[in-house]
Amino acid sequence: MALKLADYKTEVHNDWCPGCGDFGIVNALQMALAEMGIERDKATIFSGIGCSGKTSHFINTFGVHTLHGRVLTFAQGGKLANPEMTVIAVGGDGDGLGIGAGHFVAAGRRNVDMTYIIFDNGVYGLTKGQASPTLRLGEKTKSLPSPNTNYNVNPIGLAVVSGFTFVARGYSYDVKHLKDLIIKAVNHKGLSFLDVLQPCPTYNDINTRDWYAGIDLAQESMDRHSRIYKLEDTSFDPIVHYDSEKEINEKISQAMMKSLEWGNKIPTGVFYQNETISEYSTRITDKIPNYLENPPAKQKISENGLPTTDVSEILDSLRV
Amino acid sequence: MGSTDFTWLIGGPQGSGVDSGANIFSKVCAELGYGIFGKREFYSNIKGDHSYFVVRISDEDIHSNVSEVNLMVSFDAETIFRHFNEVSKGGGIIYDSDLVKMTSDEVHTLDEPFKERLHKELKSKNKSFTIAGALEFAKENGVNLYPVSFRELLSNLSEATGNPKLKGLIRLFNVLAVSLSLGLTKTPLEPLIESINSIFSKKPQIAEINIKAANFAYDYAKSKFDTFQYALTGTAKKPDTILVQGHFGTSIGKMVSGCRFQSYYPITPASDESVYLESHELLQIQNDRPGSTIVIQTEDEISAMGMMIGAALTGTRASTSTSGPGFALMAESLGWAGINEVPIVITLYQRSGPSTGLPTRHGQDDLLFAVHAGHGDFPKIVYASGDIEESFYDTGNCFNYADVYQIPVIHMMDKFLSSSIITCKKFDSQKISIDRGLLLDKVNGQYKRFAFTDDGISPRSRLGLDNGVFWNTGDESDEFGHITEDPELRIKMMDKRMSRLDLVIKRIPQIEQVISFGIYDYTIISWGSTKGPILDAISMLKREGINIGFIQIKLIHPFPTEYVKSLLKDTKTIIDIEANYSGQLGKIFKQNITRDIDYFILKYTGRGMTCTEIYDSLKKIVENKANKREVLNHGA
Repeated sequence: MALKLADYKTEVHNDWCPGCGDFGIVNALQMALAEMGIERDKATIFSGIGCSGKTSHFINTFGVHTLHGRVLTFAQGGKLANPEMTVIAVGGDGDGLGIGAGHFVAAGRRNVDMTYIIFDNGVYGLTKGQASPTLRLGEKTKSLPSPNTNYNVNPIGLAVVSGFTFVARGYSYDVKHLKDLIIKAVNHKGLSFLDVLQPCPTYNDINTRDWYAGIDLAQESMDRHSRIYKLEDTSFDPIVHYDSEKEINEKISQAMMKSLEWGNKIPTGVFYQNETISEYSTRITDKIPNYLENPPAKQKISENGLPTTDVSEILDSLRV
Repeated sequence: MGSTDFTWLIGGPQGSGVDSGANIFSKVCAELGYGIFGKREFYSNIKGDHSYFVVRISDEDIHSNVSEVNLMVSFDAETIFRHFNEVSKGGGIIYDSDLVKMTSDEVHTLDEPFKERLHKELKSKNKSFTIAGALEFAKENGVNLYPVSFRELLSNLSEATGNPKLKGLIRLFNVLAVSLSLGLTKTPLEPLIESINSIFSKKPQIAEINIKAANFAYDYAKSKFDTFQYALTGTAKKPDTILVQGHFGTSIGKMVSGCRFQSYYPITPASDESVYLESHELLQIQNDRPGSTIVIQTEDEISAMGMMIGAALTGTRASTSTSGPGFALMAESLGWAGINEVPIVITLYQRSGPSTGLPTRHGQDDLLFAVHAGHGDFPKIVYASGDIEESFYDTGNCFNYADVYQIPVIHMMDKFLSSSIITCKKFDSQKISIDRGLLLDKVNGQYKRFAFTDDGISPRSRLGLDNGVFWNTGDESDEFGHITEDPELRIKMMDKRMSRLDLVIKRIPQIEQVISFGIYDYTIISWGSTKGPILDAISMLKREGINIGFIQIKLIHPFPTEYVKSLLKDTKTIIDIEANYSGQLGKIFKQNITRDIDYFILKYTGRGMTCTEIYDSLKKIVENKANKREVLNHGA
């Protein structure tokens, strides 16, 4: 029986603030799962801590709400032990790029076949609006006592240089586009990163829905004024088409340049995609040929309560 | 003790092959039927600082080192300065005669506090601060000196074999040292050749050179050295004996127990285990396709912990191995595993703290930390192994406890164990059972991961299991695993989780909780690797007609209060022996049993205890001459 969108929703009460950008992301996730027809018991949503951390409770698949900053570690462990499972990790920008930045970089180096979505709103919401790693230097959102004294992290750029092989940005109020990006990210062979711009109506009074819509710009011009535009509407080609250093370097460089665009023109869509880099399970299969057919979660370890692992060769080598 | 009880020490700069020398020596003696207990000491350094290996061999079961050395072999000056006064009367020192003029100031790796003590000692006997002075000191103590020029030996070997390359090959010093020792002790030559062949089995050319060198040095010692009172000619071989190094018990134990995922971050002395697991990642499985262990080196211990938990949620038996500083980083996730009832095994190879402490030295410093690790109240098991052989079987138990009680298990090991080499009975895989508890293979109907049950343990689904969808959260949760802050539900959930501490005490067989080696008026309580030296010290006293009891507490958290109380009810004096400053087990004991410890024997120099020093302290206690706190300090 084909699954419907409603099958991916739980009955858990959603306590996000009215108008929160997170709603768009959770809807896009549920739509993507339904469209891909992934069985509920074949997908796990891992989440971090903060408002976005609650996402896993709203989606009717396996849901693992982990610790602040550590979501990628749990998610990779789960995926490596059971590679058949679809794994999506979600978390806030403070979670992934502040306390979890080390794991972000290390995960890129591994390139495990899963998807990581950052709910990027520039503030720590649940602790009442402190500056997060993506808030720009000198900006003062409404609950900051004084302007932000730190330079911002560039999530797209960091993902590209860390080794993520699919790097994209979505906008939480463009749910259909976001759903399409999630599907692309999940279908990509390797580690996908999705930076989702998500207005926090309660604490971020700078990057608001109106600001992204360019309402302030409209006063100057009656032309199309949204700050957000889509890379696929331009001639930008994010894909590494063949395995050559020159091709890869060019695609990395243009993604980096694109990632620096901000202000009145903010690109969304796919910045970089490279399937010429080996995905982690291939690196394991090089050493353990039957890893994918017989992964840790599937291995039989006992028979009638007794171990079946035969270590006699090792023990014989130790015999005196 | 039987007719042979012989202790051999080899020392040299780190990176000069002291370890492989000791491994060859141990293997030879084991092949000759002797029981072995060897222990390695080294600095936190890659090349140059002093490292040494003490190997005790006997024709009886031994479990520790003694303080005195019968034969020391060295090819550098530092070993002489550091150990000349450990060699017993009638013992011997084989040394490099090219070094006799060296002064203590010329050995740059001798630190000032040590030099001060050295000079004081040499001065007390009017000896110069040179190798010659130290050797004279030993000679006056009745120690035999066996000079040999290592360079000349190499040069003669080069001439005899017509191979000019051998002349400067100082990498052969270790094999020369071992072979001189074996020649001097009249050990048969064949096991030496076999041992070199097996150690260099993948490098036949290197084996050949080493064998030539071994033959040459062995003959040299036999023909040139004066007689020596000790001979190692062999004894009846015990069947099914293996020679194992520190981490083999837990590593091979993990393979057999079905651990299929290990994540770790490099740290001394724990990472040897993970490296070993990775180098044996392909597993043979009876009547099945090959299995494998996925070993992941992570970016830090926080990640090691997260990955292990993620893997464990898929139903995989998963583990990590770490030491104190790494374990400190794992504390937050430990609580997550606790509240989510995830079965995991953390193998904690302790070393000396606090902080980086003595990073390559021994300590049982982390017992209280392990028991209390993590914020909030949640159940966990802390379980301690006393020797390498035991650690193999205990690893099996730890995984069963984790699965059956759905609880994190911290398996306490330490540096003393990790850097020992011992002979023991071949591990028997069939003595390990595998009990996955309430792990589900299929789910029918509505599933609640944290369903309330009579004994507080809920059937466990796994990520990816058909119809087995569940949620986890580090927040308090309802039966499905969704967040709740309801006060009534909070009480029920806390009670459900914490009640399994009682189950653990009730259901784990007592023989797995505490091992009693006899109860007397004086009885020792201890845990972990002090077991070996305690057992040996007790037998030394027994031969003098003094009986001392000993209980080894393996299950430390939850503490088996009633059982320990019943065991010790007739004991008049309780002696707590631990390798830490504060007597951490003693604190747990007092808290649970409300009875004072009468004496503490403690050591926190970072060096393991010898049975000799425990014997000395116990004797003082029995003779009523001891301090309440006896602090041990043997070992360079």
